[in-house]
Amino acid sequence: MIPVAFDYVRPSTVDEAVAALVAGGEDAKVMVGGQSLMPVLRLRLGAPSLIVDCSRIDEMIGIREEGDSIVIGAGTTHHAVMNNDLVKRYVTLLAQATATVADPQIRHRGTMGGSLAHADPAGDLPAVAAALDATFTIAGPGGRRTVAASDFFVDYFTTAVGDDEVLASVSFPKREGWGSHYEKFNRTAQAWAIVGVAAAVRMEGGRIAEARIGLTNVGTTPIRARSVEAALVGAADAAAIAAASESAADGTAPTTDIHADAEYRSHLTRVLTKRAVQKAAGM
Amino acid sequence: MTQMDVTNTTETPTALGRPIRRKEDARLLHGQTNWTDNIQLPGTLHMAILRSPMAHARITKLDVSGALKMPNVVAAYGAAELGDLNGSVPCVWPVTDDIVMPGFPALAIDKVRHVGDCVAVVLATDAVHAADALEAIEVDYEPLPAVVNMESAIADGSTIVHDDKGTNTCYVYNLGGGYDEVAAKADVIVKRRFINQRLIPAFMEPRAVVAAPMGMSDEITIWTSTQIPHILRVLLALVTGIPENNLRVVAPDVGGGFGGKLQCYREEILVTQLARKLGRPVKWTETRSEDMVATHHGRDQIQDIEIAATSDGKMLGLKVTLLANMGAYLQIITPGVPLLGMFMYPAIYKMDAYDFKCTGVFTNTTPTDAYRGAGRPEATYAIERIVDELAAELGMEPMELRKKNWITHEEFPFTTVAGLTYDTGNYEAATARAMELFDYDGLRAEQAQRRASGDPVQLGIGISTFTEMCGLAPSRTLGALKYVAGGWEHCTVRLLPTGKVEVVTGTSPHGQGHETAWSQIASSVLGVPVEDIEVIHSDTGRSPYGMDTYGSRSLAVGGQAIKKAADRLVEKAKVIAAHQLECSPEDIEFVEGVFRVKGDPEKVQPLAAVAFEAFTGHNLPPGVEPTLSAEATVDPEDFSYPHGTHLAAMEVDTETGKVTLRKYVCVDDVGVQVNPMIVEGQVHGGLAQGIAQAMFEGASYDEDGNLQTASFADYLLPSAMDLPSFITDTTCTPSTTHPLGTKGVGEAGAIASTPAIINGVVDALRPLGVTDINMPAAPMTVWRAIQAAKAGGAA
Repeated sequence: MIPVAFDYVRPSTVDEAVAALVAGGEDAKVMVGGQSLMPVLRLRLGAPSLIVDCSRIDEMIGIREEGDSIVIGAGTTHHAVMNNDLVKRYVTLLAQATATVADPQIRHRGTMGGSLAHADPAGDLPAVAAALDATFTIAGPGGRRTVAASDFFVDYFTTAVGDDEVLASVSFPKREGWGSHYEKFNRTAQAWAIVGVAAAVRMEGGRIAEARIGLTNVGTTPIRARSVEAALVGAADAAAIAAASESAADGTAPTTDIHADAEYRSHLTRVLTKRAVQKAAGM
Repeated sequence: MTQMDVTNTTETPTALGRPIRRKEDARLLHGQTNWTDNIQLPGTLHMAILRSPMAHARITKLDVSGALKMPNVVAAYGAAELGDLNGSVPCVWPVTDDIVMPGFPALAIDKVRHVGDCVAVVLATDAVHAADALEAIEVDYEPLPAVVNMESAIADGSTIVHDDKGTNTCYVYNLGGGYDEVAAKADVIVKRRFINQRLIPAFMEPRAVVAAPMGMSDEITIWTSTQIPHILRVLLALVTGIPENNLRVVAPDVGGGFGGKLQCYREEILVTQLARKLGRPVKWTETRSEDMVATHHGRDQIQDIEIAATSDGKMLGLKVTLLANMGAYLQIITPGVPLLGMFMYPAIYKMDAYDFKCTGVFTNTTPTDAYRGAGRPEATYAIERIVDELAAELGMEPMELRKKNWITHEEFPFTTVAGLTYDTGNYEAATARAMELFDYDGLRAEQAQRRASGDPVQLGIGISTFTEMCGLAPSRTLGALKYVAGGWEHCTVRLLPTGKVEVVTGTSPHGQGHETAWSQIASSVLGVPVEDIEVIHSDTGRSPYGMDTYGSRSLAVGGQAIKKAADRLVEKAKVIAAHQLECSPEDIEFVEGVFRVKGDPEKVQPLAAVAFEAFTGHNLPPGVEPTLSAEATVDPEDFSYPHGTHLAAMEVDTETGKVTLRKYVCVDDVGVQVNPMIVEGQVHGGLAQGIAQAMFEGASYDEDGNLQTASFADYLLPSAMDLPSFITDTTCTPSTTHPLGTKGVGEAGAIASTPAIINGVVDALRPLGVTDINMPAAPMTVWRAIQAAKAGGAA
């Protein structure tokens, strides 16, 4: 379809972007890769009066090492993220999950920050950010603030980013040597995840010493499978992982749609958690 | 096995059978073409359509005046404003004498009957403002209960889709008889209900129409993304009252159709009428969202199937009882689609009795009509599924049961219990080759091992030994089935003074590669290089006679006309050549594009020289008219019956229900091949669609008649990532009803593959107690079937 007419600006700095958003009021909308926003506009599910195109803001693009963290500009494309050596080494789980996002064309245009700020419960990256305790840097009229992943995702398609703010970058703690795996379950390769499980484990002496698990699409926001994480500590074989994964659906609130009902999603959550952790742990 | 020597060599006169690269592809791939939406005429008005958001409702208020006040808007119409120009969408296949045929106004009058029904249109000087102005139309609906389910629709007390008709039963069609007598003698009877779900054609190029009064004459030219420019011209003349001679219909390059563009759509009628009324070009291009609800859908049958057999596996009879969903209205051949499958339920098997009954049912859903295979995929699915179920009931290996019952190659020609006479076939040869390529025994061994070890991922082998009838069609057969047109095809071959050739065909390609294949046929007769042959098609102004492209008919029927016309041209040229060479035509032979006097190698005359002589007319034999062309109109003597054996190795993850196609082998017998590369492409595309029905696609409605799969986010089409590399091969038993020995291939893959997939999934799970899986075999569906079987219930 044809979007409703809108105004368009393309700032070249984050401060300019914030100024444009302030001027545009609550009908202004940030766009970076456009891979989520354009369908919304074309289907007339949304009709913002102003599009603030942040795809050419240098400070929002790129990946750098900053002390114990890897900082990724929100406007960095999926393609760049999944092929970056720092990400692959220190934030392996993010590289793995990003490789499952949509298809190559979309990964070349779509951005990490756009996906996180869109906060689709079926999106792959929010669960990764939750599992890895990423920190979000948000720029607004009052300057920059940081928000933890646990506070960033507020509700269905809703984040801590205000109408006059823009997500500038996301910082991931370096976790070298962890085993990780993103287990995505979908009906076709380009479809949304029915359920996804992001798992990272630190091994010590053949046992799981620490586990981090984020769940995709079993609630309005990404969910940490905390009880599984706790139960996994000390697990030394596939059976122990399977046993620990039995509680994976606890605390989730999956929805029902034409592809999967809530009961089936809960079942998948348990099976896929087991598989994700087994693969992450190499068991 | 899938490797072929690909060649660009087109210099030899024996182009027939060579995998020549498609002539049309460079133009298409480089964007050097015009799709209908690319056509931009000065002064064009863009039409936007207000569609019903409700499945069934009374329109209590419709006021388009608000739209007229919007910028750039020139006109707006509801049914009241359109008046007599609001034509009725035609149906040309009234299958029974007492069929219920409701009116189908292009713009709904008083009531809407499916989500997507057209309510009003706006015309503006650009598409953006036309779309915006829709929001200024005031419309009030009084919702009525919707009926979506076919069994509910024919139950007492149902909401009636067309209340003036008093029933939701469109027709009841019966064929055959005698099943009850053979069933009484049977040792085993197996009954199943199969659901052949609704599909959306989902061609790549959305529909688009441009109609323009041409000014210098009374002609209105209509460019439309259609498979049937010739039939459409006739129908538009009948619907609109515009004299047929003033209508020219052109199908520019068309980006896929799959039956979905075998139609006379309400939008085509509206655009034509409004261009005529306003005296300006009018253009409409659908959005994908519109396409999902307003392009006709396919399939949607409930199939109750019963097969009777002896305890040693001899099939005795088959009983088929169908409910076929018409949707809310009848379109071009909506009622006839199930009947195209009617003859194919007995398939390749010998049996004594066959009962067929089909009830057409109206519901508040998008109308159905032809979709790749049209009736035959439904039939093939049902018979190939029930044969597997019979094998399980008998404890027989499913391929062995097939071998015991199929028509052997010595038995052709063979008249089936459904009354068709299959001219040729060799099911043994295709099956042997397929089993060899598949490593059938090796995979059976792996299956046994996985079953023994309780592997969470089970392996199933799916078989489909299919045949189909294609090449629509002998006109007398169509007449007997009450179809109101014929099934002939026309060709004119013209030799131009410079030696170039024009092949004018009545077939209308939309991706098949006709330009290349038809050039190969003409080249093989005329000895003219393929690149010197131009194929003219899809324009009633340049190619006046034709019945267009559907039902795998273009080669099977149109190919015959090309061959015949080219042969006739050679005969005429031979008379001229004999005159030039000063001998009798009987003394002339025509070899590789050159006329030669038999026994005198010095006396030769190339065809091109004859063409120039025919052009100048300086020295023609008495009674021979100048110019060199010939035409032929061929009515096929019978259908063509391709067949093949398809095998699928299916892995089923019993923990999640996820189904994976691991290996797919097909060996098709399409007779003599004109271009094996195009054949393989057709097979690949057909497989993708047939496999998609089994694994991914399915249109579904909620109980209020809302399409739940209204975008590609929910209506899942596979991509290359979801399918393995197919292993394809062919056998060849030439057709005896075609002068080149060819059969159709356009639908074979889509017809054969669907049951192979589901048979494989059920085969994987049968030890768990699963006996059927509804399509598509989505993971939750499969997981629930496994859970039900484990709980001891029926799957």
